[in-house]
Amino acid sequence: MSEHSGHIVPSRLNWLVFIILIVATCLTAWIATIDLGRFNTVVALVIATCKASIVVLIFMQVKYTSEKMTKAVLLFAVAWLILLLFLSLTDYSSRYAG
Amino acid sequence: MATAVASMEKKNYLNAEYGIRSWLFTTDHKRIALLYLISITAFFFIGGFFALLIRLELLTPAGDLMSADMYNKAFTMHGQVMVFFFLIPSIPAVLGNFLVPMMIGAKDLALPRINLISWYIYIIAGILYLHCIATGGVDTGWTFYTPFSTMFSNTRVVEAGLAIFISGFSSILTGLNFVVTVHRMRAPGMTWSRLPLFVWSHYATSIIMLLGTPVIAITLILVVLERTLNLGIFDPTRGGDPVLFQHLFWFYSHPAVYIMILPSMAVISEIIPCFSRKRIFGYSFVAMSSIAIAAIGFLVWAHHMFVAGISVYSALVFSFLSYLVAVPSAIKVFNWTATMYKGSVSFSTPMLYAFGFIGLFTIGGLTGLFLACLGLDLHVHDTYFVIAHFHYVMVGGAVMGYLGGMHFWWPKISGRMYPESWGRAAALIVFLGFNLTFFPQFVLGYLGMPRRYYDYSHMPEWQALNVLSTAGATILAVGYLLPMVYFLWSLRYGKIATDNPWGATGLEWRTSSPPPTFNFDETPVVTWEAYEYESMSLPEEVTLER
Amino acid sequence: MSDSPLVAEHAEHTEHDRPELRHHFADEEQQRNAASLGMWWFLGTEIMFFGGMFCAYLIYRLKYFPDFAAASRSLSLGIGTFNTTVLICSSLTVAQAVRAAQMGNRKLQVRMLLLTLVFGLAFLGIKTKEWGDKYREHHIPTFDFSAKDLMRDNQHLFGLDKLQNDPQALQKREAEIQQHSQIFFALYFALTGMHAIHMIVGVGIFSVITWMAWKGRFTPGYHTPLEIAGLYWHFVDIVWIYLFPLLYLIDRRPGA
Repeated sequence: MSEHSGHIVPSRLNWLVFIILIVATCLTAWIATIDLGRFNTVVALVIATCKASIVVLIFMQVKYTSEKMTKAVLLFAVAWLILLLFLSLTDYSSRYAG
Repeated sequence: MATAVASMEKKNYLNAEYGIRSWLFTTDHKRIALLYLISITAFFFIGGFFALLIRLELLTPAGDLMSADMYNKAFTMHGQVMVFFFLIPSIPAVLGNFLVPMMIGAKDLALPRINLISWYIYIIAGILYLHCIATGGVDTGWTFYTPFSTMFSNTRVVEAGLAIFISGFSSILTGLNFVVTVHRMRAPGMTWSRLPLFVWSHYATSIIMLLGTPVIAITLILVVLERTLNLGIFDPTRGGDPVLFQHLFWFYSHPAVYIMILPSMAVISEIIPCFSRKRIFGYSFVAMSSIAIAAIGFLVWAHHMFVAGISVYSALVFSFLSYLVAVPSAIKVFNWTATMYKGSVSFSTPMLYAFGFIGLFTIGGLTGLFLACLGLDLHVHDTYFVIAHFHYVMVGGAVMGYLGGMHFWWPKISGRMYPESWGRAAALIVFLGFNLTFFPQFVLGYLGMPRRYYDYSHMPEWQALNVLSTAGATILAVGYLLPMVYFLWSLRYGKIATDNPWGATGLEWRTSSPPPTFNFDETPVVTWEAYEYESMSLPEEVTLER
Repeated sequence: MSDSPLVAEHAEHTEHDRPELRHHFADEEQQRNAASLGMWWFLGTEIMFFGGMFCAYLIYRLKYFPDFAAASRSLSLGIGTFNTTVLICSSLTVAQAVRAAQMGNRKLQVRMLLLTLVFGLAFLGIKTKEWGDKYREHHIPTFDFSAKDLMRDNQHLFGLDKLQNDPQALQKREAEIQQHSQIFFALYFALTGMHAIHMIVGVGIFSVITWMAWKGRFTPGYHTPLEIAGLYWHFVDIVWIYLFPLLYLIDRRPGA
């Protein structure tokens, strides 16, 4: 009978993540109003990915788990989504070429 | 034989509890497997009925048996019932559910209640689809292509789409259960490299189920939304792209064919070593090729769309990848054949089905390569060549594997032997009937007969081959009915089975036939490799006939 | 560690000792790991589920970029940003609830879970208001959809200002805009609608979890349902983290 409760994330760290997420949200909304040309989308997605990453690592405790499977499943599913997007684009990006 | 009698009197999963509630609320993976067995068999009959309609219509060149609309419904519902309600669940939900826990030495799957829920979800989906059939059916082709399905069809598209959407969840939960079980429930000593190849194949199948099914789920939702709300996402006159539907549909539906064939390959990998009395040749190659088929199978979907309007550069990419996916399948065929070489081969019913599988799957697979070639596909796309190809792999492959597996594990499931001579006769009838049904279709397709046509009176010379095909289908039907009859017969009159009538390796054969509810009296501790046939002597009760 | 074969099972345990331990598991750790892996794989399927819609969105956004950008500008940046922060608050409270369970603090668990429900419902309420606004603006496809106000407010982005002297081309372009912005909104409602459905399911699940926590069912040694429900909630949050920039922030440059 184990009293093992898993790694307990310190409350301060949870709050820190929260603050970063809020700041990043406001930041991404603000940057959208600045003209960066094509990079607007890139920056927005990069910020979103950073936000998602800290939710995954800290809130969802992936940073603290010893289970390799958890990380593997996550990477796999994301990779598969990218596969769907990328291979579909091989069609759409080259439809009117030539 | 004293041990056999004692085995039957002993408590097993069948006599542990009685009453309908003990079945409908069971969490025993073996009972759930039987619930699935009954359900998918029922749908097999329904799908077969629609096939009968098709073959009857095609006996004559004129469209004289039914209207064009009715025929469209027949081939649509034949496809959808067979694919979604029979083939996809068949081996995983019946044999996989029954055997995977035992093969790894576990008491049950990791998530038994989820297992039961998956069956209920399947039943709900099935009832919804039956209601769809009863209230007018669906005529879009099994592929639901837009914009016909979203804008012009006057049939029950929404209901059919929702039914299949729901059935997808059953699939996802089954796959989820297998993956978690294989990772977390293996008995001591059961390392990955000692797993039966049946488990490896089902693991690969489950990965496909998990990563692919959600995409068709969302695609069907979009079709339902488009149709009910008249949105225009797939309407070319409103800026939509019908080919986008096809991309999303085939992203799942191509890997789906690997969901249908990998479990069948799983069965063959168990049967061949047993009836060759020899270790599988190239265990790790066969295991890895299952994973490779699953992975590469996701990269080839647009080969269904070569003539749909995708860019030719994209078509080249997908054509190349489609050739690649044949390689791991071929590796399996070579390894099975090499296993038989210098083995002590016997011709019991399961082995007959395995032989049939190897031959028919090879033909089906090779003709797939014909289709992967852009130039050839241009001529035979949407002809009977395609129909023959996929029936060779799905019926000649998947269904033969399913039947072989049912015969192989019937003693374990029921505690009875089926009558061997009837089994062999039925296997031969299936093989002959199958080839007579579908080989003429290769020729028909090559000659140009389009699929989904109820009337071919512009080319009456095609009638002869069509008649052969229908005759074959009748013989095939007899071949399918026979096992249903003698399996049921065996429940009462069949010879009582011993724990291991075939002298097979594998943990499932180390427990009684039928097994107790929790599979093993004690958790096994595995210290041997898989398929150690060479060091096994045949047990006295082995009923192999040579 | 739990991926390796487990130790051979020892003497039978009675159901009464550890009622949460199901009979087919050897110990609680195996049970928890199985539940966790199951939920992670389920989230993997959800990635592919939303992914299909993301694919459709991606293709059309690339095809009709200016029209999508203009349609996106009609969504309220302020409300969208605020709603995102509401959802982030709910993720914080979920994480704190799990923490409270790990430390055995029942009152704190319940408080955090109730706050989670509040934030979740607030998100849904604000979403409903946004959709109501869309309805009034005639931006819901098939419900009297009209892109006229979009065209009025985004002349330059749509390229309409250049076509003033060519009535035929102008008419053609306006028809296109009507169609393409309708596709944007169809996808907008499909994406946010599917997300909202997941939120509603999440609220339902968390209502049950809150009740369980209040009943004292969670201890430092066993709080698996809370953990895995938390994983689900965070995932739904992450979907929104991507939906927000993709739908609301296509082009917010002033004066475009």
